[in-house]
Amino acid sequence: MEEILRVEDLTKSFGGIVALDGVDFSVKKGLMNILIGPNGSGKTTLVNCITGFYQQDRGRVWFDEKEITGLAPYKVYSLGLVRTFQLPQPFQKLTVLENLLTAYGENPGESFIRAPFKRSWLGHEEKATEMAFKVLELLDLDRLWNSPASQLSGGQMKLVEAGRAIMSGAKMILMDEPAAGINPKLAQEVFAHFREMKEKVGVTFLIIEHRLDLVLKYVDYAFAMARGEIVAEGNPEKVLGDPVVVESYLGG
Amino acid sequence: MGKTIKVDKVSAGYRKLHVLFDASCSMNDGEITVLVGPNGSGKSTLLKTIMGITDLYSGGVFYDGTKINGLPTHEITKLGIAYLPQVNSTFSNLTVRENLVMAGYVLGKEEADERVRKALEDFPVLKGYASRKAATLSGGERQMLAMAMALTRKPKVMLFDEPTASLSPKVALEVLGEIRALKEERGMTIVLAEQNARRALEMGDRAILLVGGKVAYEGSSKELLEHKELGRVYLGIGQG
Ligand SMILES: Nc1ncnc2c1ncn2[C@@H]1O[C@H](COP(=O)(O)OP(=O)(O)OP(=O)(O)O)[C@@H](O)[C@H]1O
Ligand SMILES: Nc1ncnc2c1ncn2[C@@H]1O[C@H](COP(=O)(O)OP(=O)(O)OP(=O)(O)O)[C@@H](O)[C@H]1O
Ligand SMILES: [Mg+2]
Ligand SMILES: [Mg+2]
Repeated sequence: MEEILRVEDLTKSFGGIVALDGVDFSVKKGLMNILIGPNGSGKTTLVNCITGFYQQDRGRVWFDEKEITGLAPYKVYSLGLVRTFQLPQPFQKLTVLENLLTAYGENPGESFIRAPFKRSWLGHEEKATEMAFKVLELLDLDRLWNSPASQLSGGQMKLVEAGRAIMSGAKMILMDEPAAGINPKLAQEVFAHFREMKEKVGVTFLIIEHRLDLVLKYVDYAFAMARGEIVAEGNPEKVLGDPVVVESYLGG
Repeated sequence: MGKTIKVDKVSAGYRKLHVLFDASCSMNDGEITVLVGPNGSGKSTLLKTIMGITDLYSGGVFYDGTKINGLPTHEITKLGIAYLPQVNSTFSNLTVRENLVMAGYVLGKEEADERVRKALEDFPVLKGYASRKAATLSGGERQMLAMAMALTRKPKVMLFDEPTASLSPKVALEVLGEIRALKEERGMTIVLAEQNARRALEMGDRAILLVGGKVAYEGSSKELLEHKELGRVYLGIGQG
């Protein structure tokens, strides 16, 4: 299988704290990947460095056969690599619908997703608004389409964050704890939808998530971090059985 | 010892937006009451209403038999009710230690120092980071700080809004164990809003299910856990 993302020797310290310690890994195209690891193990820092939000001290990153090391966040986004935030960052003053539409407006990777995405997943609908309403329905936010994002509940803000990523038409989506604070029933519906995007359109996912009980059944491949390094990878069962992972992450 | 909170026919919300409709429920002395429901069903709004930070249109909130709605939030805090908000409640530009000192402002100096020391013991990760600004902590580390801050006030009643949301499975288990110990060892009254519904209901005494701002269930936690329909429809419990 072809790889879509490759990271070599990625290293990042904050003062005395080594958040990433020479991370090497690659992600295969079209898989649903999960990234786990203890609090403070470097997961968010890894996403920040890959997507240009932080400058690493050392190391290189390739996405879709291009080197993206050091590119600005909007550049990375426009190549079709989209991320979501652990603490949701919607445009507070825009409505829920507008938040989704702006993500569509900056649609990355023009050539790639548009056509097949619409035909397979949305039928014949043309307009972004129609797509947005489908996404809002999925996220159980349709009734709130006209509310400012600032007036949403904690979980609803997180859902808008996921909605923006779905709307972006990215080739690959990095998500930082999308299920945190989401009702378990809805979280599973959303993951089933990610799975469908993966299967029908070939979107690759790398998802940081602690709620393994909800999401594991949708996952193809797992990476585990500890103290700034990837300490295990492979099929999810194998990774979750790894003694280091059990000790540092899962607990007794 | 903890005290009972009684929510009586409360309608509340944000200015013109009604969120809670005629909601009545109680959180009993020395028990863990688990608050569950879909996103946007009003869980946080209920907790905020107890703390006096929403608009109450009708009904009342009582603590230990005394009406507390209408009191300013700091008065409610002084009565011994503490609240751990769902959204990040730490002060980004203060250090971990400063955040804790700030949280203990209602206590005397000596007691506050002692509480801060204890908080850093309880969360060893934070101890190493005492002089770092909160803004630089990872998501889970910040959640631990927020929890340590709430406990610094040594409350009689503790309202937790999604305390385990960004914690690793290991730390989430430890935190839930810690919450159970607050009840068992200190007799604290605890209200726990949790999307990790199964885990929370397993350790709860009583449960309240909110749906669309109304109380859809109030009763034993175990019973809700085993309730086929409510569990499946609203909580994703008991599906394959
Ligand atoms: N801006 C910063 N300044 C200083 N230290 C930082 C900064 N950002 C992160 N760190 C530290 O780097 C380490 C890795 O943090 P990171 O946010 O990547 O962890 P994480 O794996 O995402 O954890 P969590 O599961 O809690 O979100 C932590 O020890 C954190 O305190
Ligand atoms: N500050 C606010 N201003 C206006 N409306 C708000 C505000 N906070 C919440 N709401 C609205 O009130 C409703 C209930 O929100 P609340 O935060 O109580 O839900 P919740 O049950 O805690 O949800 P979650 O599980 O997502 O945290 C939502 O529809 C939300 O849009
Ligand atoms: Mg993180
Ligand atoms: Mg809430």
